Amino acid sequence: MSVSTLQTSLVDRSAPAPVRPVRRAGTRARYALTVLAFLLPSAIPLTLFVLGPMIAAAWVSLNEWNLIAPMRFVGLENFATLLSDPTTGEVFLHTVFYIVGYLPLVYLGGLALALALNTALKGRSFLRGVYFLPVVTSWIVVALVWRWLLNPSNGIVNSALAAVGIEGPGWWTDPLWAMPSIIIASAWKDLGFVMVILLAGLQAIDPDLYDAAKMDGAGWWRRLFSVTLPLLSPSTFFVLVISLINGFQVFDQVYAMTGGGPNGASEVVVQRIYDLTFRYGQAGEAAALSWMLFIVILAVTLVQVRGQRRWVNYG
Amino acid sequence: MNRTLLATAGIVGIAALVLTGCTTQADDGPVTITYTNFISNDGNEENLQAIVDAFEAENPDITVEVTTLPYGDYGTALQTDLAAGTVSDVFDIEYSNYAAYQANGVLAPLEVANPEAYRQSLLEAYSTDGTSYALPSSFSDVVLYYNADLFDAAGLEYPNSDWTWADEKAAAEALTDQAAGVWGDHQPISFYEYYKVLAQNGGQFLNDDKTAVAFNTPEGIEAAEWLVNKSGTVMPTIEQGQGTADFDTNLFKDGKLAMLHTGIWVFGSVADVPFNWDIAVEPGNTVQASAVFSNAVGVSATSEHIEAATKWAEFLTSSDVMVQTRLDAGWELPPISDEAQLATYLDKGKPANRQAVFDSLDGIALPPVVANGQTEMQDIIGEELVEAQAGRKTVEEALASAEERINAVIGG
Amino acid sequence: MGRRRLGWIALHVIVVLGAIAMFFPFLWTIITSISPGVGLTVTPALFPENPSLEAYARLFAERPFGRVILNSLGLAIATTLVQLVTSSTAAYAFSRLPFRGRGAVFAVYLATMMIPLQVLIVPLFVELKTFGLLNTYLGALLPTFASAFGIFLLRQAINQVPRELDEAATLDGAGHFRIFWTIVLPNIRPALATLTVFAFMGSWNSFLWPLVVLRKPELQTLPIALAGLQGQYTTEWDIIMAGSVVSILPMLALYIFAQKYVIQGVASSGIK
Repeated sequence: MSVSTLQTSLVDRSAPAPVRPVRRAGTRARYALTVLAFLLPSAIPLTLFVLGPMIAAAWVSLNEWNLIAPMRFVGLENFATLLSDPTTGEVFLHTVFYIVGYLPLVYLGGLALALALNTALKGRSFLRGVYFLPVVTSWIVVALVWRWLLNPSNGIVNSALAAVGIEGPGWWTDPLWAMPSIIIASAWKDLGFVMVILLAGLQAIDPDLYDAAKMDGAGWWRRLFSVTLPLLSPSTFFVLVISLINGFQVFDQVYAMTGGGPNGASEVVVQRIYDLTFRYGQAGEAAALSWMLFIVILAVTLVQVRGQRRWVNYG
Repeated sequence: MNRTLLATAGIVGIAALVLTGCTTQADDGPVTITYTNFISNDGNEENLQAIVDAFEAENPDITVEVTTLPYGDYGTALQTDLAAGTVSDVFDIEYSNYAAYQANGVLAPLEVANPEAYRQSLLEAYSTDGTSYALPSSFSDVVLYYNADLFDAAGLEYPNSDWTWADEKAAAEALTDQAAGVWGDHQPISFYEYYKVLAQNGGQFLNDDKTAVAFNTPEGIEAAEWLVNKSGTVMPTIEQGQGTADFDTNLFKDGKLAMLHTGIWVFGSVADVPFNWDIAVEPGNTVQASAVFSNAVGVSATSEHIEAATKWAEFLTSSDVMVQTRLDAGWELPPISDEAQLATYLDKGKPANRQAVFDSLDGIALPPVVANGQTEMQDIIGEELVEAQAGRKTVEEALASAEERINAVIGG
Repeated sequence: MGRRRLGWIALHVIVVLGAIAMFFPFLWTIITSISPGVGLTVTPALFPENPSLEAYARLFAERPFGRVILNSLGLAIATTLVQLVTSSTAAYAFSRLPFRGRGAVFAVYLATMMIPLQVLIVPLFVELKTFGLLNTYLGALLPTFASAFGIFLLRQAINQVPRELDEAATLDGAGHFRIFWTIVLPNIRPALATLTVFAFMGSWNSFLWPLVVLRKPELQTLPIALAGLQGQYTTEWDIIMAGSVVSILPMLALYIFAQKYVIQGVASSGIK
């Protein structure tokens, strides 16, 4: 997982080498200046306001600190405490559970929606707006509505299940079903987000390609798999990487739907980090846990990035 | 030539800095103190401003700069300020955080000019080893609300201050009519209810030196059962919505709940319901004990104007202006000892038996507090009691598990 | 033919049914906001007994909501404009300007998304304090000036712009700035519109950072003001929901505007 492997794998080998200026000393310096001019506007704020605090957090992770009294250096003790605390494993497990359930739902749902709303459907502009509504609606409201829909005793979902002879589960009141409840509500809320990104990707596909495929006698499914999906792959890659990074940092919906309960059954990593920092006075442990989370996300992203060569198709 | 000029300019500049530094340090000139609060958030901003204006009129040398933050996120903001050393001269705290802030040296010891003005139990709650480190700014307590019409219909006697758990239980069972969706009783299953019913049953939450819990006893188990066994018999279950925001007050306002344990802050919200209702002191079992929620203000130990800050803190919490403003606005109750000043509160309309608000203070159960791990302790006992309520654990298992987990947090 | 028609109808039915389900929580928000004193009920009456706009009136009367909305709007617009610049230039470099260690730099950029904000708040606060930027708009803005999310989004889009277009322009003597401005940017309009929506939304909804850095009442932003509507013990839900409606509408309007622009942009650029 070293930086150099990530570095080599991030270079798009599939892409043809772009036009490079001839390497003379003067042009080289000018080229370097050009690169800097394009990069510095983002590099300066990111370094000062994200990387800097990240390094500060790394320092905090080596200290015992309740945010009130002065810090006390403890070396790697926070990491040792976290590794021996069963809660750490549990919150990671719950987070992974969330991702595994959420990601396929939100991607396939968002894709279906983007495809449906990219057709000549009547009122599609309006419909896109409606499907985007949950994205902008606050989690407080969404959680209340979903807790009501998934109410074990009189919710619509369990009533419908009862009508076909299935006894519905306890949903958010049941330790086993709390996370699935969160997953369903989250996927529903984020469908619009995925839809927006994939719609932008679909817009970039040349309609001529579809016409050509049609002339070759390709049906809808053929066109989907041989034209749409390959050309949509950069957007798909983006959605998957972003969803995973965000998925590992899931917090708001858990807080609003179950508060991490019942009895910690749906507690996730970032909730633990928040509690440790601002509620339990363990900012050092929280920083250590954040860095552990960082390593995990980095590793998973690296795997995705390495894998992209096999399926992502840049024009 | 140029250099000399620059050097001169530099010296003048530094001198100016030193001089301005001196004037802001001086204590006898006009000073500005900062006050960060959550108590005025959500509707009482102008009332707080009235108290500030009165204070500034009385102390022309002191200006108070107020910052108001939402209650839910006040803790996060305050923690950030403490970490960065940007905390205000005066700031709000809650009783449950007092011990931690005091133990960590955040709060300046206060020389209270007029300690007799305060209700002694509240003043003592914010003292350590005989020294005040914060001043109570208000209090609210929890009482038993009841729907008098439901009691009349069932031909039952109204709750009164002589009631015990047994009376409450008998009435709750008689009034529950699940088929009609009417429930007899509602009491949250939480840390704040549990430490109180524990006290009502003669038990205590922590041992005397606060290093371990002391609730895993027959009294503690009985107290937990008193709460947990209401669920599904006289009180809705979690599946039926119990525990969600406003569920209990809405049920009461719909006329479908006979008795409700909640704070006096709900007075305004239930005032206009179309049935008769009143309140009573909460029943105890072996002892009468009521929960009191109080806010307080502390002065930062790092403040440069501790004297002026203390003056403001005292004015904010005990002046006549404050008492009048709070009573007129119905903005919680002032923490003062002089009950004559509070007399007008008794005639402020529904509920009729406002005397119960003061009678409850005869037996105060203050929440158990520890210097390290307070919030975690509260979270753990709440979680474990809900496990018992849901039937995933017996009450005995839940308390044993809570004992083990909490001791690991507060003992270390 | 019949089968196609059936599929066509089924598509409409499913999409419309889904839209109703999507609309429901928003409808519920609106209904609660016009039902004064009802509190939070899980099944609000579809037609409230005494509908009233009182909550909206109080929202604007009791708090400086006009100022609050202006603050939020100003910060969101500034964030969005700055991010459009910083994201598109960086994305261009990552897509079109090869240099040694580019993969590593991009990895570091992505890594800035991988640590939870909660743990950065305190160090960031201390840093801005040393810069003397607490309680300033600039202090609230600076950490949002660059977004790895936006850079990544635009890099993916630029990677899809055919390189033949650059090459043609290079042969015409165009430098990178001209290629960036005249070839690349017009071709990634859908992605730019998408970023506009998300950058605006991110700023408009952001909570934790504005909460700690902007304490003065006149600097307050909408989410903080809305949080202020919840009391220590009680909550007036009609006002909260009125506040939610007020905060949802601008984003919805922006999205509808932006997605129309996406389609226009693609149609008019003529290169795909």
